[in-house]
Amino acid sequence: SNDHTNERGAQPARGEQELPYVLIDCIEGKHGVYMDHLEYLKKRFCLITMKEYLENKKILSEKIRAIYMWYHKPVIDEELLQSLPNLKIVSSSGVGIDHLDLKLLSRFGVKLSNTPFVVSTDTADLGMALMLASARRLVEGYQMAVAPDTEYFPANWLGVEVSGATLGIVGMGTIGYKMAQRAKAFEMKILYHNRNQRNKEEESAVGAVYCKKIDDLLQQSDFVMLAVTLTPQTHKLIGKRELELMKPTATLINISRGLVVDQDALVEALQKKVIKAGALDVTYPEPLPRDHPLLKMQNVIITPHIGSATEDTRRVMMREMAESIEAALAGLPVPNEVPL
Amino acid sequence: MAEQELPGVLILDIGGTQGVLANHVALLKKHFCLITMKEFLANKKEMSKKIQSVFVFECRPTIDRELLESLPNLKVIANSGVGVDHLDVKMISSFGVKVTNTPQAVADSTADIGMALMLASARRLVEDTEHFAVDWLGVEVTGATLGIIGMGSIGYKVAQRAKAFEMKILYHNRNRREEEQAVGAHYCEKMDDLLQQSDFVVLVVNLSPETHKLIGKRELGLMKPTATLINISRGAVIDQDALVEALQKKVIRAAALDVTYPEPLPRDHPLLKLDNIIITPHIGTATVQAIHMMAEEAITNMLAVLNGQPIPSELLAH
Repeated sequence: SNDHTNERGAQPARGEQELPYVLIDCIEGKHGVYMDHLEYLKKRFCLITMKEYLENKKILSEKIRAIYMWYHKPVIDEELLQSLPNLKIVSSSGVGIDHLDLKLLSRFGVKLSNTPFVVSTDTADLGMALMLASARRLVEGYQMAVAPDTEYFPANWLGVEVSGATLGIVGMGTIGYKMAQRAKAFEMKILYHNRNQRNKEEESAVGAVYCKKIDDLLQQSDFVMLAVTLTPQTHKLIGKRELELMKPTATLINISRGLVVDQDALVEALQKKVIKAGALDVTYPEPLPRDHPLLKMQNVIITPHIGSATEDTRRVMMREMAESIEAALAGLPVPNEVPL
Repeated sequence: MAEQELPGVLILDIGGTQGVLANHVALLKKHFCLITMKEFLANKKEMSKKIQSVFVFECRPTIDRELLESLPNLKVIANSGVGVDHLDVKMISSFGVKVTNTPQAVADSTADIGMALMLASARRLVEDTEHFAVDWLGVEVTGATLGIIGMGSIGYKVAQRAKAFEMKILYHNRNRREEEQAVGAHYCEKMDDLLQQSDFVVLVVNLSPETHKLIGKRELGLMKPTATLINISRGAVIDQDALVEALQKKVIRAAALDVTYPEPLPRDHPLLKLDNIIITPHIGTATVQAIHMMAEEAITNMLAVLNGQPIPSELLAH
């Protein structure tokens, strides 16, 4: 049914048992919960927006038992946690948790869940999309095709092959592995660097060769794909040194987090043609300031962090988040729980 | 070997924006005496007898009756690229001249561009990146249904790539292919069935009288309103006016075209004003590697003709 006649945020009480109160940031707009997700959520929860909460803290603070964190909002700080004595769980959208203070949540005894697997195929697809778009100069080509002063298409305007090239995957988790599966069909030679080597079967299924030293991967790859989690160990994993180890004909693709790359070093490397091109779904910050040098470079493609931005995936994500909240509130094992 | 002993090959020009690329020149000079159109026209009497082959790059030089009549020793016209809709194969054959193309060299890079366009369109890659709104969404490629119209070498390579994205693959072709099993592709004898079921429709046919305006208003109307049309064949395979209307009225979701008719489109063409379209400047084979392989394949074909050996990719007039 498509019944949207309920008041936003308020749910009529159903018999004796009220639906659990869940805090959200807002509905619709740039970072709000989607209108077409509301029906599903409202069947299960009484949604309270931050605005409603702040207007009626006295009553609502004790009732709120979960936070539905949609794209990093609402922002969770010590003050908020202190004012929600019955908070059991924060359910965070997406796979990344680097925006959360895990120690803080742990201190307050609040559980955390994310949505690690649902994002995988879309993010792998976007990684492939960026690699192909960069190699074949798709964005530049499109601009030429539609530019008002284009009179002909020059014959000497070329990109580089993806098929048969060498792809180096840094971070062979779920997303990295799906990238390898896709790249194999393009007859790419696949190298990977990971904390742990994958087993022989997994490696041979995609024809991936393990590089214990990231340097070996960097030196041999035509395309370097970053698919790691952001942690203190991977912060600025790719800096000036690593960029210089790459081939001058190589492209760096980032679908992980902006902070995995030393952005200033990247700017310099691209300007000096130490590497050929960059394709980034993530930067630091997001969005970049409008006068940032990365925005001006012809050999850089930037997308607005859309790794998991498809209707279907976001819907599944929403359902998984709801499931995690329901489990936590029922005292059951929480799917997709992040150990704190 | 003295240069005059090498057979002459006619090319439009060397370098510049329309001429044969510098690396081709080196390849060609290994086996041929290179003669540019300019040199030919300046000294027709002497040059015309030397020319045994023409290397057609980016549809140039134009092959017309007048040119053919002035080249008595011409044996072969070798096209760089697989499409030869710009050549009158029947007329050329009537002069006893063979026509060859380069199907091997183009397959990977063209299949790659097809995938690139599908992904870029689905995930809205070329759109204005001012938007960081979380409700700015694209559509999934993984697990979606891909309909391939034209399952030749290029179409088959598209299928191989799409399989890795766990796509459901349908195809329509003049003939059914045995190899369909290997890529999990389902044959649609009727193109209508493919159009009705596909989330992405990719055109990979040759341009011929049969495929001219193959996709028109009727076919676009059969497609899902959420579907994307991708063209990596020839612009004239689509009824372009019908496409404009279908995109404006959202009869289909979007289109991504590497080819149009003409190329480039006139700057006031309605296709250029739509926001649910990606157009690329016919770059299906525009990679350093593909261009090199095309020249090599063309040279192999030319030498085979001149040496009376089996010709790898000769095109016959129907």
